[in-house]
Formats: sequence, C-alpha cells, structure tokens
Amino acid sequence: MRVFHRPLLLALAAFTLIPAAFAGEIRIGLAEALTGPASQYGIPIRNGFLLAQDEINAKGGIAGNRIVLVEEDERGKKEEAINVYKKLIFQDKVLMIFGPTLSNSMFAAGPIANMAHLVAFGTSNTASGITDIGPYIFRSSPMEADVVPVTLKAAIKHVGLHKVGIIYGNDDAFTKSGYDVFRQVLQADHIAVVDTETYSKGDVDFKAQLTKIKAQSPDAIICPCLAEEGANILIQARALGIKAPFIGGNGFNTPKLLENAKAAAEGTIVGSPWFDGNPSPENKHFIAAYRKKYGADPNQFSAQGYDALFIVAEALRKIHLTGQLSHDRQALRDALPSIRFTGATGHFAFRAAPLHGGKPGGYDADQAPFVYIVKNAKFTLLK
Amino acid sequence: MFAQQVVNAISLGSVYALFALGFTLVFGILGVINLSHGGIFMLGAYAALLLITRFDIPFWVALPLAMAASGTLGLLIDVLILRLLRKRNAPHLMPMIATIGAAILMTSLAQGLFGSETRRFPLELFDQASLTWGPITIPVVQAGITALSVALMLIMVWVLRHTRIGQALRAISESPRAAALLGIPVERLFHLTSFVAAALGGAAGILIGLSFDAISPFMGQPMLHKGIAAIILGGLGDVRGAVLGGLFLGAAEVFAVTFLSSEYRDALSFGLLFLVLLWRPQGLFGASSTRSA
Repeated sequence: MRVFHRPLLLALAAFTLIPAAFAGEIRIGLAEALTGPASQYGIPIRNGFLLAQDEINAKGGIAGNRIVLVEEDERGKKEEAINVYKKLIFQDKVLMIFGPTLSNSMFAAGPIANMAHLVAFGTSNTASGITDIGPYIFRSSPMEADVVPVTLKAAIKHVGLHKVGIIYGNDDAFTKSGYDVFRQVLQADHIAVVDTETYSKGDVDFKAQLTKIKAQSPDAIICPCLAEEGANILIQARALGIKAPFIGGNGFNTPKLLENAKAAAEGTIVGSPWFDGNPSPENKHFIAAYRKKYGADPNQFSAQGYDALFIVAEALRKIHLTGQLSHDRQALRDALPSIRFTGATGHFAFRAAPLHGGKPGGYDADQAPFVYIVKNAKFTLLK
Repeated sequence: MFAQQVVNAISLGSVYALFALGFTLVFGILGVINLSHGGIFMLGAYAALLLITRFDIPFWVALPLAMAASGTLGLLIDVLILRLLRKRNAPHLMPMIATIGAAILMTSLAQGLFGSETRRFPLELFDQASLTWGPITIPVVQAGITALSVALMLIMVWVLRHTRIGQALRAISESPRAAALLGIPVERLFHLTSFVAAALGGAAGILIGLSFDAISPFMGQPMLHKGIAAIILGGLGDVRGAVLGGLFLGAAEVFAVTFLSSEYRDALSFGLLFLVLLWRPQGLFGASSTRSA
C-alpha cells in the first residue's frame, strides 16, 4: 500500500510546493567570477549584490515579490561566461543577468543575452565598446574613457605633467583598453610619452621595463594595471629609485593596492566612481551595513554591485510583471534607461551608447568620477 | 642603465634558476617531469606566510619549517602518485598527467583556504632595503636569492659528485634497475629526492614571494612555464644546467626589453631559446656524459 501511495504523495507535494515557491519570486541571474584570479573582483561584487538583495527583500521586495539572485560562477573565463549565460537564460529562465566580472567575458557572453532579448548588466566592465554589443547591454561602471580625462586633468594640475612613461599589460582587454584611453587623452592634452613598456599576465619582475622608463626621467608613470601587478610595479619602481608619482586606472581602485604596496604607493593618483570617504548618507549606510554583514571593508566593486540591484529594483517598480517571460524581459529593458538613482557611488544615470555602424547600442554609465591621491597610506580626495 | 639591466638580468635569472633546481632534480633521478612543482612552490610560500602571520614565528624559523612542509608534500606526491605509477610500469606521460592533476588540486585547495587575492609577507625587516652602488641598485632580498641559488647549486653538485648518496643517485639516474641490483635502496632514494626537490621548490616560493610580494594560488603556473624552459635549455636533469638555463632565460628576457621592446619580450626570449636548441638539442649541459643529475 505504502509503495503505491508514494508517487501520489510526491505529485501532491510537488503540486502544492512549486507554486508556493515560485509565486512572488523575481529571479535574476548573477554571473560573477567566484573562483580564479578574477574572483578578487567577483567576490566583492557578489557580496554587494547579496547585501542589496537582503535590504530590498527586508523592505517587502518589489510589490510583495522577493528578489532572488541566481548565482553562477563564471570563473573569469570567456568560455565559462558563455556557458553560465546559456544556463541562466534558457534553463533558469531568469529575468535578466548581472555580470560577468571581466570586460573580456562580457564581450563573449553579452551577445547571447542580446540575441535572447534580455538585459545583460555589467557592474565592473570598463573597456570601450562593451555596449556596442547591442541594445540589451547595460553597465553601471563608468568607462575608462570617462574616468581617465578627469584623472589626468587633476594630475596635470597637481604634478605639472610634461612627459610621462607608460607601463601596462598588453595581453588583457581591460589593461589594454585602459592604455588606449590614456594614450588618446595624453595626445589630446599634448603630454609627451617618452617610453611605453608592456608586461604579460603572471609576470612578477618588472625591473627591466622600469629601468628603461627611469632612464627617461618622466614626470609621472601611467600604469593602467590591475592591483596585483600594480603593487609590485610600485614597489620595484621605488626600489630602483624612481621618485615620479604613478597614475593608475580603474584597477588601482582597491585598498589591496595600499595593503600590498604600502609606502611605495604614496603619491599615486587614481580616478574612481566610488569614494569610501564620501559622506553622503547612502554611502555611509552602505559601508556600515557591508561591514556588519561581512566583517570587512567594501571596495568600489561591491559598491557598484550594491547600487546596481537598487537601480534594477527602481525599474521593476515601474513595470507590471505578467509572468510571461519574453514580455517581462522586454518591459524591464524598456524601463531601465530612464532610471535615475542616488546610491553609494553617488548620482547615477544611464547614457545611450552612440550608434555603432548605424545600429543602436546599449547604455553606459553617466557618472562623475572622484580623483584620489594616496597620502599617508590612505586614498584622499584630490581637489 | 646598462649596468642596472645586467643586475636585473642576473636577479631575474636567479629566480628562474632557484625554481628550476628542484624541478630538474626530480627529472634527473626519477625520470619524471613533475608538473606539480609549481603547486609545491606556491604552497611553500603560503606555509611560510601562515607560520609568520598566524603563529608569529620569526622568518628564519618559518623558512626551514615551511621547507619541511613542502618537502613532506613532495614526499606525499611521490608515495601516493608516482610510486604507484612506477609499480605499474606506467608509460612516461602518465606521471606528467597525474602531476598536472595534483597541481590543479593544490591550486583549488589554496584558493579555498586562502582566497584568490595576492598576499604578501608582513615583513618590514626586508621591506624595501636595497644596496646602491653608483648607478646600480639591488634589493637586498634579491641579492640573497642570487647568492642562495648559486650556493644551492654548488652544494648539490658537490653532494652528487663527492658523497656516497650522490654516487648512488647517479647510479639510479643511469639505470634504476641496475642500481637496485647493486643493492642501492632505490625507492628510499626516490623518496629522499622528492623530499629535497620539493623542499627546494618551497624555498623558491618563499623567497620569490618575499622579493616580489606576490603570493597567490596562481603564482606557480607562469613560473612552471619558465622553469620548464630553463631546464630544457640547461639540459634536462642537470643541476648546473638548471641554473645556467635560468640565468640565460632571465638575461634573454631583460635584454629583449632593453634593446628591443617589451612588446616582443616573450617572442624574442623564447625564439632565442628555440635557436639554442636547434644548435644544441640536448641543451647547454645535456651531453650523455653529464646525465649525472
């Protein structure tokens, strides 16, 4: 008898459980690098998102519906990002996707979302051309092309730049794109580049390149590098007796740089969309809540993840979800561009990417960056 | 500037040489390319980091302890993986594949235990002290690495040439079977070699972590590539060759940057390596008479 009853019971249980679990859930994909070298960015991003999810759901969610982030690890690899995107879109049937972490991966996975007509929303992709993928691609991370001119303007005023040396990694979309932007802005500002040096991922010794740069005695050294190489470059430059300050890109915006480079980071100038000392109530609340939940300090990437979920929540409040997936995905896409929001990173709005070969692109971040200088082992605002 | 670049070349080359020493030793004696050497190198650095930061042990005590820990890890790999494959007479590729697996395991383990961020030793002691001599600057730690890799090479050459263990090891590298017939405890010496090679690998990880402030779960992989190049260039299994191969590779990289462009550094240095191998396919030291590990 019992055996006979089990399938029936299971069917009954399934019938009652599934609607209860799914009604009132808004499923959103979160594809970030949770393992691998890029996880040092991906994990803070995920933490920012989870904090925002807790806060939004604690306040009743979106019109009574809970936001559920479906996490996937894309390991900072293009291939994996594509797999994860396919799983989230076609199997988990999410409403939209946040991530992936690296620009490289967004170039690979973004087109899938664009073809499937759902929003792909990057919070850490700063390379040029990301939103050229198509009208479903959004990002809340200001492009290097927006941050670098502001950074350099501040640096020119502060240091008096006439000639600079550059060192960057030429085998990574992020650092390469940072380099291209710096070069263009330097050209526009008539600052001479006296030496350009490159390195590869995984290098630890940069003394050969730095010795060459030193021989040209530049006023500053431009380093559109990631923090792990950046810290090493700073330390070795100081060991070689280079006194010139460094100017970094987005990759330098992390407390890790100071932690690893210590005194060698003194005088380094960086532009960033987030400032931990920003006294706005939204930012203070974010930092306190993050510390409470994780027992660690947030960084720019967690702040951007945190804000991004609120931006989408704003859009979700403006639309009516019907439960019909393609309709809801499109409705969210159409509601997003007009959202304005003030969060931990300050005022935020979207800006339509310029037409790319006559075709409309996605939406970039329209946000003014902060410029820091490292003083007494701390990022301080450079005015 | 040129004098400084010569110093840079020697210091970079010594780093490769130090890594290659243990790597080549295993090949010379066991006849196995142990691709988990990069993992041991990385875990050695973490072991020292842990001892110093968690248990407040001074560096000079942590160094031998971490070396012993890496050595034990190498011994474990030999006992658990390589010995079984030897017993079953597995073809040469098998230990390579098995040790790739071990390396991946170690990387994931380190990532789970320590996170994927780059860490550094909290040592103000060695911090940024450098020796300056006219236009030349040498960070103290790097001068130490250079001295140490040359000293270790000399010690190993001496042990292999002039001691009974060295004699036995050379016999094994000639033919393990014949050595066993002569009553040499081959298995035990395999274990010893694995232990010593891994301890050297761990020491390399610690010293390189110390001088470059780059301890991460992924630090082994790029070093492994350079290490393979160095030992092939020097002559597989030859201790002097590992050091010279490392120095050669370091010099090729630095001078490619100095005289041409850092853009083409790897293309040039590895192109040069290719040319050397065309001229001497057995490597710089790889003549048959010196298959003496």
